Amino acid sequence: MALISIEELYKSFGNFRVLQDINLEVEKGDFVTIFGPNGAGKTTLIKILATLVSPTRGTVVVNGFDVREKPIDVRRSIGVISHDTYLYHELTAVENLRFYGQMYEIERIEERIRDVISRVGLAHRGNHRVGTFSRGMKQRLSIARAILHNPVILLLDEPYTGLDQHASAIFDKIMQQLGTEHITRIMISHDIERGLKLCNRAFILNNGSFVNEVARDKISSIEEYRGVYEHLVTGE
Amino acid sequence: MIVNHALHIAYKDLKTEFRTKQMLNSMIIFSLLVIIIFSFSFADFLTDQDLITMVAPGILWISFLFAGMLGLSRSFAGEKEEGCLDGLKLCPCERTSLFQGKVISSTVLMFIMELFTIPLFIILFDYTITGIPLLVLVILLGTLGFMFVGTLLSALTVNTRTREILLPVLIFPVIIPVIISSVTATSKILTGAGFANITEEVQILVIYDIIFFIVAQLVFEYVIED
Repeated sequence: MALISIEELYKSFGNFRVLQDINLEVEKGDFVTIFGPNGAGKTTLIKILATLVSPTRGTVVVNGFDVREKPIDVRRSIGVISHDTYLYHELTAVENLRFYGQMYEIERIEERIRDVISRVGLAHRGNHRVGTFSRGMKQRLSIARAILHNPVILLLDEPYTGLDQHASAIFDKIMQQLGTEHITRIMISHDIERGLKLCNRAFILNNGSFVNEVARDKISSIEEYRGVYEHLVTGE
Repeated sequence: MIVNHALHIAYKDLKTEFRTKQMLNSMIIFSLLVIIIFSFSFADFLTDQDLITMVAPGILWISFLFAGMLGLSRSFAGEKEEGCLDGLKLCPCERTSLFQGKVISSTVLMFIMELFTIPLFIILFDYTITGIPLLVLVILLGTLGFMFVGTLLSALTVNTRTREILLPVLIFPVIIPVIISSVTATSKILTGAGFANITEEVQILVIYDIIFFIVAQLVFEYVIED
């Protein structure tokens, strides 16, 4: 059984249709990247998977739980990393993690905080306020926040936004480590090179529909895929 | 546990607020300024006890509500920074715990502001308050009514560009029963009335609080959705 299953998903805001006839199955351990231009519906799709937005029609099942019927169980199964870090500037790194740990009702919370904060290389800044962190450090702490409750699925919404080369490389390394733990990851991105580097399946979403799906090992070069993307999105 | 989640949110809010004191300081200063300005405006009538008895309770509640509005406007707007509101919505708990947590933290801040305001009000308007427990009861019920409605509307307006303007415009018509009952009851208490004389106002406040608490629990999930 697929870990994420989407069948005939439609989403409209008023009369404006954002997603139409979306079908997707993601297996355990998959890293799926969804590319698409602005306004294609990528963020809406991630928000539906994260239970932040309700589908208009269709079925969305995450880790065996329907997003409409069991949203709390879905939220327990997922971690979300976005260009927004969801962190409080006035609290220290440890206080932020403790707050989210309490909200997720994590047992042996202090031990878990020490573990995740070490994994993202921020143990030495644990008692510093997040407001003093660089963008890259905040994003690393955001990863710690997202994996704090041991989610089986990570949803990544443009996680590279605002990261420099060094911070992006650290981010990639952490993502690869998470891959060895068979955490399923779905990322949406504009950045074809980075998106292809990590994934094993790639999708192109345009005008609310998937217009291309391909396994990573079937893509011979980034340039070739970029050409396909340009053709499908801009028609050139 | 829904109450636990609400308490964690309230504790987080109060911890961040006490660290910066941005909102609390603004609320206290604003409230004190309102009392001072009104006391100067009515300086010539301060010896006319009947007139002061008529207008002073209104002045006290104006200072509470206007200063409370400052806190309410930041209650959810502050969560928009770094997308923290989405972070809270992603937590595996009932969304109503977010409402309850915000009500608790905003109410605590408002009580602190009221604690600073009342002594100045008593001094400047030359009152001797005898019914302190009754006054506390009325302030508690009035503040809760204001917070139940205000927190709900604050969540409703958080995604609008004109939230600072929209919030007071929406909130004041809805809390008219709270304002009238609180001002009337406060006026009676300040003139030495006992509980028997304010039962009608207390009943209205209790019913109002219960109704809006239940309404908020029922609609908050939809109000907070994107």
